Amino acid sequence: MNRIVRILLGFIVGFVAGIAVLVAVRVLLGLTPMPATLAPVLFSGIGFAILGLLYGFEPSLGLTRGFIGMAIAMIVGVVAVTHFRRAMGLDPAYALEPAWTMAAVLGPIGFMLGVGAVTDWLKWIFGIHTPDQHGPPEGKPAWTRYFGFDQNHKVIGIQYTVTGIVLMGLAGIFALIFRSELAIPGIQFLALDMFNSLVGLHGIVMIAAILLGIGGFANYLVPLMIGASDMAFPRLNGFAFWIAVPSALLIVAALFFGGWDTGWTGYAPLSVRGAMGVNFFMIGVFFFGFSSILGSMNLITTTLYMRAPGMGLFRMPIYVWAVLATALIQLTGTQFIGLSFLMVVLERLFDLGFFNPAEGGNVILFQHLFWFYSHPAVYIFILPGLGIVSELLPVFARKPLFGYKWIALSSMAIALMGFLVWAHHMFAAGMEEALRVPFMYSTMLVAVPTGVKFFSWLGTMWRGKLSFPTPMLFVLASIAVFLIGGLTGPPLATVPTDLFLHDSYFVVGHFHATMFGGFVFPFFAALYFWYPKITGRMYNERLGQIHFALQTAGFYIMSLTMARTGLLGMRRRIADYDPDLGIQNLHIIMTVAGFVIFFGVLVGVYNLIVSARKGEVAAANPWGSRSPEWQIPSPAPEHNYEEPFEVVGEPYDYGLPGSVYVDMHPSGSKTAASPAH
Amino acid sequence: MKHARNVIILIVVGSAVLLFGVNVMDLAPIVASAEAQQVDWLFGLHMNVIAFLYVLVNGIMLYSVFAFRRKPDDDSEGAYFHGNTKLEIAWTIIPLITVLFFAFLGSVVLRNVSLAAPNSMDVTVTGRQWSWTFEYPEYGIVSTELNLPVGRQVNFKLQSEDVIHSFWVPEWRLKHDTVPGQDKYIRLTPSEEGVFKVRCAEMCGTSHAYMLATINVMSQEDFDIWVQKKLGVYEGPEGGEEGEVDPVAEGFALSQSGGCLACHSVDGSPLVGPTWKGLYGKTETLTDGSTVVVDEAYLYESIVDPSASIIQGYADVMPKNFGDIFSDQEIGYIIEYIKSLQ
Repeated sequence: MNRIVRILLGFIVGFVAGIAVLVAVRVLLGLTPMPATLAPVLFSGIGFAILGLLYGFEPSLGLTRGFIGMAIAMIVGVVAVTHFRRAMGLDPAYALEPAWTMAAVLGPIGFMLGVGAVTDWLKWIFGIHTPDQHGPPEGKPAWTRYFGFDQNHKVIGIQYTVTGIVLMGLAGIFALIFRSELAIPGIQFLALDMFNSLVGLHGIVMIAAILLGIGGFANYLVPLMIGASDMAFPRLNGFAFWIAVPSALLIVAALFFGGWDTGWTGYAPLSVRGAMGVNFFMIGVFFFGFSSILGSMNLITTTLYMRAPGMGLFRMPIYVWAVLATALIQLTGTQFIGLSFLMVVLERLFDLGFFNPAEGGNVILFQHLFWFYSHPAVYIFILPGLGIVSELLPVFARKPLFGYKWIALSSMAIALMGFLVWAHHMFAAGMEEALRVPFMYSTMLVAVPTGVKFFSWLGTMWRGKLSFPTPMLFVLASIAVFLIGGLTGPPLATVPTDLFLHDSYFVVGHFHATMFGGFVFPFFAALYFWYPKITGRMYNERLGQIHFALQTAGFYIMSLTMARTGLLGMRRRIADYDPDLGIQNLHIIMTVAGFVIFFGVLVGVYNLIVSARKGEVAAANPWGSRSPEWQIPSPAPEHNYEEPFEVVGEPYDYGLPGSVYVDMHPSGSKTAASPAH
Repeated sequence: MKHARNVIILIVVGSAVLLFGVNVMDLAPIVASAEAQQVDWLFGLHMNVIAFLYVLVNGIMLYSVFAFRRKPDDDSEGAYFHGNTKLEIAWTIIPLITVLFFAFLGSVVLRNVSLAAPNSMDVTVTGRQWSWTFEYPEYGIVSTELNLPVGRQVNFKLQSEDVIHSFWVPEWRLKHDTVPGQDKYIRLTPSEEGVFKVRCAEMCGTSHAYMLATINVMSQEDFDIWVQKKLGVYEGPEGGEEGEVDPVAEGFALSQSGGCLACHSVDGSPLVGPTWKGLYGKTETLTDGSTVVVDEAYLYESIVDPSASIIQGYADVMPKNFGDIFSDQEIGYIIEYIKSLQ
């Protein structure tokens, strides 16, 4: 049968089966066949429809098995809680929130069992030896390995990146929906609760997308750059990716359970009172945290123990420094957002009054726990991107990186100082008043290492021989956009001006500029730059330039307009605004700019998809880079390097005649080790 | 050296233009409090440094893109140098001193705007989903509108009945959250007469966008008259404009300042509560299955005791204290306003 027919059929059969399963479970539990609200019916129907779609696409994919495992685990969760409540004599036995919260807790576990992420570990418990897995799964087409559990860092890197792009698109669509609602004053087409949920979803799904995008490039590039054949813990690596998938599904599924109207920050006590979508959102984020913690542990171990001979820390490619700094934050900070969200879920389910003043709880405690991760998280999002800017500039300027050690250490400085500034999110929140002053000083200090990066980039360009293919265009846009984000920071760090600007659209403009300059633009620069390495083909230069022009112009206008409306009194996260503020035209401009950005990204994604099949075959080292990953064929072989290379020079000595960074054949004849360019 | 000279000229000219721009433009709304002046001074200083740094980085970058671009037939490498320790130290130390100086200025301004004036007035602000009330302990008044005399510092005591809200008047600049279970304080001195709005700045649920309250800043004389009227002891001449009260207009003003319109639409669209459009005279089904014709008695009961009879499909979330906030006369105005929405 034709694959498209099977997919459609799977979708329809899945939808019907999903409703049938729900009815069957309810009848078995002694309930009425249909629930009072439509949401669980839709959730079940759409969930099984996606499962059917996947099954029609390819029955034996790991992803499909993961979905089946998740569905079974969620049903078990609902049934178990209902039986437990009945046994305890609680009335009613079936209660929506406890039952489905248990389903949300068990769902990811079922998914991980189904997808095969823990199969080897379970076998080891029973003393069964399992070999490392190499190459595509036996007896199946090679592409199927991207849809299942795989241990190769390059496969996992691509899985991360593609999932990240998909989530980024989804979060972008959420943004366009509520931005259209905001284009003119009044309520046009979104109910208030739906608007609020979409704002929160846009935020948290974007964050998930960014973390996946970062994980993608770190996984793909770090072993290649340091001369390792793979990551230190290949199974853990696969686990860290796959746990993110059911987590993201739970977050989006919150929409079916009333959504949540707190924004992504989930401040208590609003989150304690809100719809039960809060539980899905928070449990989803909790599981997503495993991805960050385990992934960063793997990256730190790999970087510290598996570098090629001769590669001292200060001879690593600068991007590896950025990843190391990021991984240190992720490993030590992520627990705190998990903890704060866990406390909210427990307060909701069991009335533990952590944040309830009537029971001795403290409302502001939540914010301290939350921001202790969520501020450093900002540096998780931007440091790898800034590393990519530092990595690519020397290649396109044909010059050494200006102040390598200063840039490397500035990443570490930002990572460490990032943990000392969290309370600047709380200047207006009612924290201990006197502590606002030291937090103002510490926050302002972050500007210093950030400035070092900007000036070093300028020094790298100075007297270079600049060329401007698409990756370089995105690098320049990163610098220009991140500059807006950086410069709008100090007024927010200074307490009196922050008490004016906090929770206004000025902040929205500020952090969108840091996210775009620190992640989105560098992410696309990296995608275009390493595209020939990953696919063996070149992207289309013309389309790349169109993507660049649309995204840069759109974003520049959007972020400045956001900041401007904030100064005029536009508040964050409001579904409607007061036309008296004189911001109506600015909102129209912002909305149009948002669509321009989205269209630009679509052009980019189209370019990347089509060029993978039809692009020109890429030269081995199209950029004349000195980095080791460009000295081997593209796409990179399964085990990266035939023999371990040796580092014999500085990474960025462009312009020094006769120098090389790595000796690719340290044991063999020196003539084979032809230096790049 | 030629390049250095060019880039310096570019930066000087560029920053002169941009500095002129940021100093001439009105970046923020009008200044309507004494504190706003200080905040704007500091913000203006920030903007000057921002404008200079913006031109500095973009100037050098754009100049490099232009002057150091590769010519089509040139495949040589760029100049070979690894860095410059003196420069690195300079661009670490100078920004360090600058940001420390700004942090110092920030703490000075923070102290100045926190100082207590000797004659300040106490007002207790209470936020709830999704309305504000203002208590004047000095006079024993509770109001849904914030009326204040110009030029007198107000020490706001901020409280919340449910979740976190944030008390913000953009024209006054400074904001502060209201925190459940805790009293928070913020001092502001209105310096301009006029009508402004309190705008809740912290996400507080469904109708957050509409959590607004009206502020009237007036002369001391007008404020005294308002206080006397509120207390029912006003004996002076009725002003021409206040002689005839239009119940519908008065009802609209009260329902706007009281936060009613955050949950009840007047155009038929469904919000948290039933829409007021066409509500009067309608037959509604209640949660207990009985039906009721919406008349004045029902509306009065629903305002002072919202839990008594709830229309099917709506939750019992309306604050229970509107009976204490509004006088019976004011409730009468609001009912007239609802009746007018057919």
